[in-house]
Amino acid sequence: MAVIKKLKAVKFIQNHLLGIQDISFSQVAEILKQAKTFITLNKSSSKKMDILRGKTQINLFFEPSTRTQSSFELAGKRLGADVMSMNIVNSAIKKGETLIDTAMTLNAMHPDIIVIRHPDSGAPNLLSQKVNCAVINAGDGRREHPTQALLDALTIINRRGKVEGLKIAICGDILHSRVARSNIYLMNMLGAEVNVVAPKTLLPHSIERLGVKAFTDMKKGLDGCDIVMMLRLQNERMHGSFLASAREYYEFFGLTPDKLKLAKKNALIMHPGPMNRGVEIDTNLADDINRSVIREQVEFGVAIRMACLKIFCKKT
Amino acid sequence: MKEKYLINARLIDPKNNMDEFGGLIVDSKGQIKAAGKKVANGNLPSGAEKIDLKKQVLIPGIVDMRVFVGEPGYEYKENFRTLSDAALSGGVTSVVSMPNTSPVIDNVSMVDFLKRRGRDKSKINIFPAATLTKNAEGKQMTEFGLLKRKGIIAFTDGTKTIQDPEVMSRIMNLASQSQTLIMQHAEDNILSKNGLINEGEISTRLGLKGIPFLAEKIIVERDLSFLEEYYCRYHISQISSAKTISVIKKAKKDGKIFTAGVSINNLSLNENDIGDFKTFLKLSPPLRTENDRLALVESVNDGTVDVIVSDHKPQDEESKRLTFAQAATGATGVETLLPLCLELFHNKSVKLKKLIASITSNPAKILGINKGSFDKGSDADLCVFDINKAWVVDKNKLKSKSKNTPVENRKLQGQVLKTFVKGELSYERV
Repeated sequence: MAVIKKLKAVKFIQNHLLGIQDISFSQVAEILKQAKTFITLNKSSSKKMDILRGKTQINLFFEPSTRTQSSFELAGKRLGADVMSMNIVNSAIKKGETLIDTAMTLNAMHPDIIVIRHPDSGAPNLLSQKVNCAVINAGDGRREHPTQALLDALTIINRRGKVEGLKIAICGDILHSRVARSNIYLMNMLGAEVNVVAPKTLLPHSIERLGVKAFTDMKKGLDGCDIVMMLRLQNERMHGSFLASAREYYEFFGLTPDKLKLAKKNALIMHPGPMNRGVEIDTNLADDINRSVIREQVEFGVAIRMACLKIFCKKT
Repeated sequence: MKEKYLINARLIDPKNNMDEFGGLIVDSKGQIKAAGKKVANGNLPSGAEKIDLKKQVLIPGIVDMRVFVGEPGYEYKENFRTLSDAALSGGVTSVVSMPNTSPVIDNVSMVDFLKRRGRDKSKINIFPAATLTKNAEGKQMTEFGLLKRKGIIAFTDGTKTIQDPEVMSRIMNLASQSQTLIMQHAEDNILSKNGLINEGEISTRLGLKGIPFLAEKIIVERDLSFLEEYYCRYHISQISSAKTISVIKKAKKDGKIFTAGVSINNLSLNENDIGDFKTFLKLSPPLRTENDRLALVESVNDGTVDVIVSDHKPQDEESKRLTFAQAATGATGVETLLPLCLELFHNKSVKLKKLIASITSNPAKILGINKGSFDKGSDADLCVFDINKAWVVDKNKLKSKSKNTPVENRKLQGQVLKTFVKGELSYERV
């Protein structure tokens, strides 16, 4: 963080946070720096600020979400914004309304920021072209989930001081994971070495071109790693013949104490949640307070989202 | 109709290996009487109409083997009149219209309707294709014999592929006894299920489900195996990947007789052009890598691919203003087919005569129509263009009812000046 502190007056020329691919190293540093101040605030008894007083934040969730949505909601409220959360999963879209129509309707209410989650990759990009306010991507299809990667970086920095020079393994369903993609971009940008570990059917085409080493063997993939990032295995993947069975997957790709031994002695375990205990991660490991930082990830998530809301909302 | 003398032109007719300055005579029936340097500028009969083409290029009218028209069912995307206007301004005088309409063109009563509408509303020649199977469902064969009697010259399920190998083998078997032209859109449904763009680095980065090249290759390989047993007139509508070209090249070398086409989109664009989720570039087959594009260009040059099509697929604005996954597939192209072909000539990728052949004589030969050359007695469908004229594509100036051009703002070189259909001047650029 030494380098980061020296930087001054970082400019955010973009109006939206659509993905890690669109932001620069210094912008990431600025977001992390501001988020750090909010960690302290979030621990205090008086958590409310008025930075975003009078501003309207709409959470537009086209996919079910518990933690991301509540995290964004809390972040907005703590900054003093008026927050409205809309679950479109079971409303307008079922009536045939298109994303743009929904966006135009909301735009007419003059929000200052829209947080969107959508099952289609690129939906936040489309939305950002049509509305006058800032758009923050809370996960689109398999493409990006920038705030998740940022909070993961913050968690790592909090424990290890920096990301640079660390070896990070991302394990599991890389193919369908936006968390994996955003983390690959961000951890690479911050100077880590990234391994991805998955059965071949769950590795995307040309994944090495994103600057990672791909492994199909946990032993090799975890070797010497400082961070082991587990991804959720969605149950529906079992039916698409990506995998033979959950028990086989757990045997070869589930994180167990045995496999964790291959990583560095003090390696941290991360998971974006929600977890499938006994499918991708051993239940005791998930709760091991010395190794698992899963609860910290959730905690820092609020801080990261506060920083993002503050930075991007201010612009409009 | 008076005899017409088109003089002072550069005539290019690949079928007769002609590229020379001279003239062309259209007889009173709208057919070509003579063409070439032997048609001199002076000594014209007094009653004849003389048109001085001022050294511009004169080629046979373009035959586009893959065009979608919205009639019936999707008139708001394109109707026969708007298609005709668009085609003529692009020098296209004959089109094979795809049967994926609503309802689908799968029975003789639909053919009568189409022929009547096509004749009344358009100035170009419409050759409707009928489906291979009822409702293009890939199960029950259509009545090839009866449909052919009504004037159908080509059969295809259009945007769909015959998936069931048994159905396909029977179609080819039946087609072999009657010399029926079968056109296949080669894409395995299961491999390409929910796929949106080429499977590769771009699909990984954009987080869009990929369509592997194997989806195309596997169908081509399967059909070519059938072709050995059931020899029929078989045409692969469009190919998109280098791997498929290898299969075709080998099969042709082994003596198999069949033909293949490629969309001008796959020759002029690649997957990188999709950029930030441009839905206008959501196409089928998908745009693939630059290496694939280069291989396709080379395959036009060496004759592995016979035909270039526009794959003109008009889509209204609403069906494209959606997320990439939800947006409709296809792009317009009939107006930019020739200029984009000329781009491949200007950048020295393909010889001019090869390009012209792939949009005139080759498709005409595959379809078995009296067009696509300056042969004496063939229909005087003609296109006159300025080979060097520079212009910029502006979707609002294009004549198609839909504005989903994949090459908006592209700088092109070469523009159509006049188009004749059966000897009549049907379009003139003002």
